[in-house]
Formats: sequence, C-alpha cells, structure tokens
Amino acid sequence: MIGLQHYMVVSAILFVMGVLGIFINRKNVIIILMAIELILLSVNINLVAFSAFLGDLVGQVFSMFVLTVAAGEAAIGLAILVIYFRGRGTIAVDDVNRMKG
Amino acid sequence: MIHVLAFYLFAILVVSSGALTILSRNPVHSVLWLILAFFNAAGLMVLLGAEFIAMLLVIVYVGAVAVLFLFVVMMLDIDFAELRAGFVDYLPFGLLIALVLLAEIVLGIGLWSAGPIELAQRAAPVNPELSNIQAIGGLLYTRYIFLFEAAGIVLLVAMIGAIVLTHRARGGVKGQNIAKQNRRRPQDAVRNINQPTGQGVEL
Repeated sequence: MIGLQHYMVVSAILFVMGVLGIFINRKNVIIILMAIELILLSVNINLVAFSAFLGDLVGQVFSMFVLTVAAGEAAIGLAILVIYFRGRGTIAVDDVNRMKG
Repeated sequence: MIHVLAFYLFAILVVSSGALTILSRNPVHSVLWLILAFFNAAGLMVLLGAEFIAMLLVIVYVGAVAVLFLFVVMMLDIDFAELRAGFVDYLPFGLLIALVLLAEIVLGIGLWSAGPIELAQRAAPVNPELSNIQAIGGLLYTRYIFLFEAAGIVLLVAMIGAIVLTHRARGGVKGQNIAKQNRRRPQDAVRNINQPTGQGVEL
C-alpha cells in the first residue's frame, strides 16, 4: 500500500534533483531557473501529500500560494534574463558583476 | 493494485524526467522534459485526491510557465555548448552534495515520527460530502481571503515588474500622443496673416 512516506521520498528525490541541477549547470541561468521550478514542484508534492494523508485541506491551499509565487518568480527571472542578454549578448552567470553589489 | 501501479509509474516518470531536465544537452529538450515532469506530478496529485491542484499544475505550469521558458529559450540566440563547459568539472562535487542531501532527507523521513496526530486539531478537516474543488473554494474565499488577495497582488507586482524590466522606448516610431493632441489649442496652432500679393508665404 502506498503511504505518506512514499510520496515524501519521491518529493525528496525531486528536491535533490533540483539542487543538483543548480550545481552542475552553474553557467546556464535558464536551467537554473528550471531547477528552481523542480524544487518548488517537490515542495508542492510534499504539501499535497501531507494534506491528503492528514485529511486537512490547508496544505492544498498553501500549495496554491507556492504555485503563485513560483509563477511570479519565473516571470521576473526570465525578464531579468532577457534584459541581461540584451545588454551583454550572453547569459553566462558566473561572471555577473555588472552591478558591483 | 491499480493505485500502486499508477503511483510507481508517475513517481518513476517524474523523477526520471526531472533528471533529464537538468542533464539534457539542449535547453529546448530540457523544457520539454520539465513539462513531462509537471504532467506526472499532476498525476501524483490526482492519485492523492487533490484534483484542483493537479489541474492548476497543468494549466499554470505547463500552460504558462513552461511556455514562457520555451519562448525565452527559443528567442535568445545563445551558444549553449559554451555554457556547458564546466559541466564535467562541477559534476563530482554536485553529485556528492546531492547524495549527502538525499541521504539526510531519506534518513530523516525514515526516522520521522510525529507521534499520534491529533486529528481534532486539524485546521480544515475534509468534508466527504463536498468535492475537492468546492471545499478548496469554500476555504479560499472565506478564511484565506486576505492571503488569496495577497497572492493576486504578488502576481500583479510580478506582471508590472516584468513589463517595466523588459520595456524599452524605441526611437523613430510614430505613435499617437493623445495628451499632446488634447493640449493643442486653436490659438497656438492657427495663425491669421494678411498675405500681400506677389510674395511667398512665410511658414
């Protein structure tokens, strides 16, 4: 029988996959953004799994807010990417030092 | 039985398409694998009985976010081979970190015991008479209405931010400036002159 822990393990593997994606694609900011989406997806799976197994709907409501934030983050991230590419002609992020922050 | 089969199918597909998202050579393929991962995660959520979140995942993630990624990947003319230069260098360290993290999390899940869960303490117990969408709607528009509106504001700010960031004023475009048109008065624009004959008109 499939229990809560099965879903938690799937979510953990997906989370680790996202972290690994950030590490190995350090130059390509598009893949880094996709890895962040994977991480947020794993968080959503975790929230919904707990919500279903505890019989409490609040997890699904919060999962919707996570989804909202993920959509906004993707839109802003890609907008920053587009203006960065327009200025420099590349998206290699390991030498981003234009703002000197 | 069919439930177990479906769970393992969706779980294996979501994990493997997640792996291919971060490993594939071509970013367009990456986006397509990401879409597959979202579809399978939606399948997992249908198995859990959260139909609304599953449909939201398909509509919002696949319909909006992934297509946005696809647009950006295809619009920017980038040499992706150059961006993959450090891939092999980073791989051992990244794998090490990932394995340590995974071991920690799985160990944590294995050892996890929250004790007896106080079912009477649930914030919003599932009502078996209502469908999932009805129940979430009832919760969202009553108890979480301010959070819901805050989520709307987050989306509004993201939309305005994206527009402001990427907007640029192009030179040489003849646009209509309505405020300037409305400001124009007859006494500024029309001039009566008594034109003498035999001379050119001064403009």
